[in-house]
Amino acid sequence: MTVNKENNNGSLAVSINGRIDTTTAPALEEELKSSFDSCSDITLDFANVDYISSAGLRVLLSAQKTMAKKGGMKLKNVSSEIMEIFEVTGFSDILTIE
Amino acid sequence: MKEFEIEAATENLSAVLAFVDEQLEAADCPVKIQTQIDIAVEEIFVNIAHYAYKPGTGNAVVRVETLPDPPSVDITFIDNGIPYDPLARDDPDITLSADKRPIGGLGIFMVKKTMDDVRYEYLDGHNILTLKKGLVIK
Repeated sequence: MTVNKENNNGSLAVSINGRIDTTTAPALEEELKSSFDSCSDITLDFANVDYISSAGLRVLLSAQKTMAKKGGMKLKNVSSEIMEIFEVTGFSDILTIE
Repeated sequence: MKEFEIEAATENLSAVLAFVDEQLEAADCPVKIQTQIDIAVEEIFVNIAHYAYKPGTGNAVVRVETLPDPPSVDITFIDNGIPYDPLARDDPDITLSADKRPIGGLGIFMVKKTMDDVRYEYLDGHNILTLKKGLVIK
């Protein structure tokens, strides 16, 4: 998994490429945590994510909780496979997915 | 039936998934179902790696049996760790709002929701957990 971040005047665009699993989720968490202070809102681009396990869901929920107190967090380009996982776990109701 | 034994450690997850995927690909498993199975295998194996032998270490055996009619797979995990039934845990309340949702508890829940059947038994000092999944998209 690789993570690319671009901060445009406090709007953080994060594109994730690869699998978010037990072994890669900690790296994603670090990337997000290190940017919380310097951004007001976050957009996660899921176009190149085709796998997410509960380890990745934990990172998303934790980021959602943090960003809800600021300008929010949203996800875009979520595939139907990933969307199904969000629906099964109720994440489709708590995340902002466009 | 193919069997694979490895130390139950998260760094061995990719080796376990490679073994399972090899059997699934040989059975012409659709990619979508393979992803669901991979996630379930990850959740169960990581659970064993984190809890079964705490604070020590030990092995896990992963057995994959593909069945032809109807096409399906049985995946069995066996460890000699402390007796633990992951299915006995209450399901998380997925209707709670984000700020009230606890972090965690989702792994086994995802397994129960995406597999056709999940069974646990403790037999002769072994935790035995079996996943069943049909290999045809419904």
